[in-house]
Amino acid sequence: MAIYPASTPHSERHTLSVLVENRPGVLARIAGLFARRAFNINSLSVSPTERPDISRVTVTADVEQVPLEQIIKQLNKLLHVLKIVDLDNTDAVERELVLIKVAANETNRSDVLEIVRLFRVRVVDVHPESLTIEATGAEGKIDALLGLLHDYGIIELVRSGAVAVTRGPHALSEKVVGSEIRGR
Amino acid sequence: MVSPTPLQAFSAVPKAPTKTSKQTLVDGEKMTGAQALIRTLEDLGVQDVFGIPGGAILPVYHQIHDDTKFRFVLMRHEQGAGHAAEGYAVATGRVGVCIVTSGPGATNMVTPIADANMDSVPLVVISGQVGIDSIGTDAFQEADTVGITYPVVKHSYLVTDAQDIPRVLAEAHYIARSGRPGPVVVDVSKTAQVGEMYYSWPQKMILPGYNPTTKPHGHVLREAAKLFEQSYRPVLYVGGGAMRSNAGAQVKELADLTDSPIVTTLPARGIVPDSDPKVLGMLGMHGTLAATAATQKCDLLVAIGARFDDRVTGKMDAFAPAARVIHIDIDPAEIGKRRQPDVPIVGDVAEVLDALNAEIKRGQAIRGATNLKPWWNLINSWREKYPMKYDEATPDGTLSPQWVVEELSRQAAPSTIWVSGVGQHQMWASQLIDFENPHSWISSGGLGTMGFGLPAAIGARVGSSRDFGGKKPVWLIDGDGSFQMTSEELAAAFIDNAPVKIAILNNSVYGMVRQWQTLFYDKHYSQTSIRDGENTEDIINVPDFVKLAEAYSCVGIRATTQDEAKAAIKRANEINDRPVLIDFRVYKDAMVWPMVAAGQSNDTVTYKPGVQPLLHNDTSDSGSDSSADEPQTDTDNAIVAAGAASTAQSEK
Repeated sequence: MAIYPASTPHSERHTLSVLVENRPGVLARIAGLFARRAFNINSLSVSPTERPDISRVTVTADVEQVPLEQIIKQLNKLLHVLKIVDLDNTDAVERELVLIKVAANETNRSDVLEIVRLFRVRVVDVHPESLTIEATGAEGKIDALLGLLHDYGIIELVRSGAVAVTRGPHALSEKVVGSEIRGR
Repeated sequence: MVSPTPLQAFSAVPKAPTKTSKQTLVDGEKMTGAQALIRTLEDLGVQDVFGIPGGAILPVYHQIHDDTKFRFVLMRHEQGAGHAAEGYAVATGRVGVCIVTSGPGATNMVTPIADANMDSVPLVVISGQVGIDSIGTDAFQEADTVGITYPVVKHSYLVTDAQDIPRVLAEAHYIARSGRPGPVVVDVSKTAQVGEMYYSWPQKMILPGYNPTTKPHGHVLREAAKLFEQSYRPVLYVGGGAMRSNAGAQVKELADLTDSPIVTTLPARGIVPDSDPKVLGMLGMHGTLAATAATQKCDLLVAIGARFDDRVTGKMDAFAPAARVIHIDIDPAEIGKRRQPDVPIVGDVAEVLDALNAEIKRGQAIRGATNLKPWWNLINSWREKYPMKYDEATPDGTLSPQWVVEELSRQAAPSTIWVSGVGQHQMWASQLIDFENPHSWISSGGLGTMGFGLPAAIGARVGSSRDFGGKKPVWLIDGDGSFQMTSEELAAAFIDNAPVKIAILNNSVYGMVRQWQTLFYDKHYSQTSIRDGENTEDIINVPDFVKLAEAYSCVGIRATTQDEAKAAIKRANEINDRPVLIDFRVYKDAMVWPMVAAGQSNDTVTYKPGVQPLLHNDTSDSGSDSSADEPQTDTDNAIVAAGAASTAQSEK
């Protein structure tokens, strides 16, 4: 039953959205649960939501189904955790922001700019020896862009980690009943 | 809030103060946080509190007076305070409460907290913390108590504002006792203790993320009832969750309705009286042969508040291989954690069983009950052929530890609360004592905490005098090794008037470890001889337990023969004004049988060296369902002979 470690190179990618109370220490508690089960987090982003008392954690990880179910159950036991969903890729919008510093000089700058134009991303800094590109998109698009830019030499790269919401008019926080959470 | 003008956007100073932390709520009685803490405990109905004072919790202790409504039991070590609160909680069914100081006081509590977490014991631990100006500065006796405890608690709080104290304590008390019970830590900074606040009661709890399920769904009950109808070899595998839910009557009703045998885990001993013919005893590593065999051969395993611990299942893949599984547990995370059930039921055990029993009755009214005679014939043949037995005579003339346990059980009042430490004595106590009442067996199961016994016994005795007028005597069965981990609590037992009776099965060694060294480590007895109770010329007997007891004003008795032992137990049962300690000198190479080596299949259970009935397909005369042509090459391959090979496997 138990699969250890929970994350292996061939595991399927999952995106978990976790609504938590917005207070100190919550992230450490969630991260601790992942760490204890050898659950390799691919990306993680946290920020407040439309309700200031609630934060939303988006975790993506390559993980087997059985340990994932166990970790969702364990996360649900944390008192600060209000709601967890394993977002279905087909029914959710997922985006990531990436800043890429590419080595580009006068000889190949126009080639890079062509790629930038094709991907509808933006250049946010120019230097005689580099271009810094801001790109947002789903994981596939970012990976494709990085693949093309790789040949020019990527000097520096930073990714924000994925954020995701379900399609349609409903908010995850609608399922969290009760008024604003204060105190504690 | 007023929007900043463009210039102010670049200034760090906001135009107007947005919020003040000033007290706006002025309803209620004005007092300090420390006063509020004591008042909250009183209003929660807490009657007994265990602990030790210290600098960072002094404002709270300052508010404990003669007219405070709870009894305070001063222990000698924070670990002792924690285990005492656990023993109290198990014996009374109420929340155990501890108050300790910051830093080392709080870190000493980590062991009992982890212990309570593993065994789902309701516990509220209040610890002091340095003032909020000092938090994070490595101030004297500062420790990140919330951070340290978080992996081993149900929940941890840090309180920095006096006004939060009543609400947080009310929440902590509720969290500890509801759902799956467990330990809750409330770390109260000195700032909150000395700060002023307005006290009101009752408090509104803010727990949006906490909604334990207690009521079962209807359709799973029907599916479970259907599985009972279809099964011919059912087994009820009852765990500590049934005990926490106080579901003894419901378990018995289910067993009687469906004619199913009951096997229990260590914490569930006594949930249905051992005199009931349906009770087969404990299963697993040191369980009875009948219980382990019945579980291996069953076709329906009903896990009731049990979590498939590895000490129960042995090698998981080979555990009850032919069984369909119904799993009843209040904690959804336990369902499917170790074995995927066919019918999962989330809910409080007592409530689930009430509903399930009704459902089964409805079905039986139409279809009648299944005839399980062949199954019982098989079980009874195991019971007759492989009873719990031992050698009463020992090679060196010392007492047989198993005999001592049986003699204690024979002479004890039926209402006795039994407590144990951790080790061989714990297994013998579980195997050989006749448990007739639930909540009368207190032992450290999941964490296996040596030193648990004495403080837990003190807690149980405090609970006994609170709830039963002291009419339930408390017997502690401990090992010489386990006892020495918390023997300082003899002081608390005497001074705080908790007259426990202590039986030390003194074999001069760490017995359980020695048993493993004998079986799996070539009899290399590395560091397991502790030399108390050795009677040779060149070894000094340290400590002398009789003198140790007397040093704490307790009665100390030594017993080396059966006659002395009988007289000592009789005398101990008559003394009720102070603790009594009996130092039974027992045989150091006595072993706990039956045994399943760690990590092995329960089919390899060894009844005694050389006898492995399940491997040899000894399913006796009736209704044998396993193949008769299974190879029988392992006839003499007892655990002892397996030696190094099984060591390797057991470490997996």
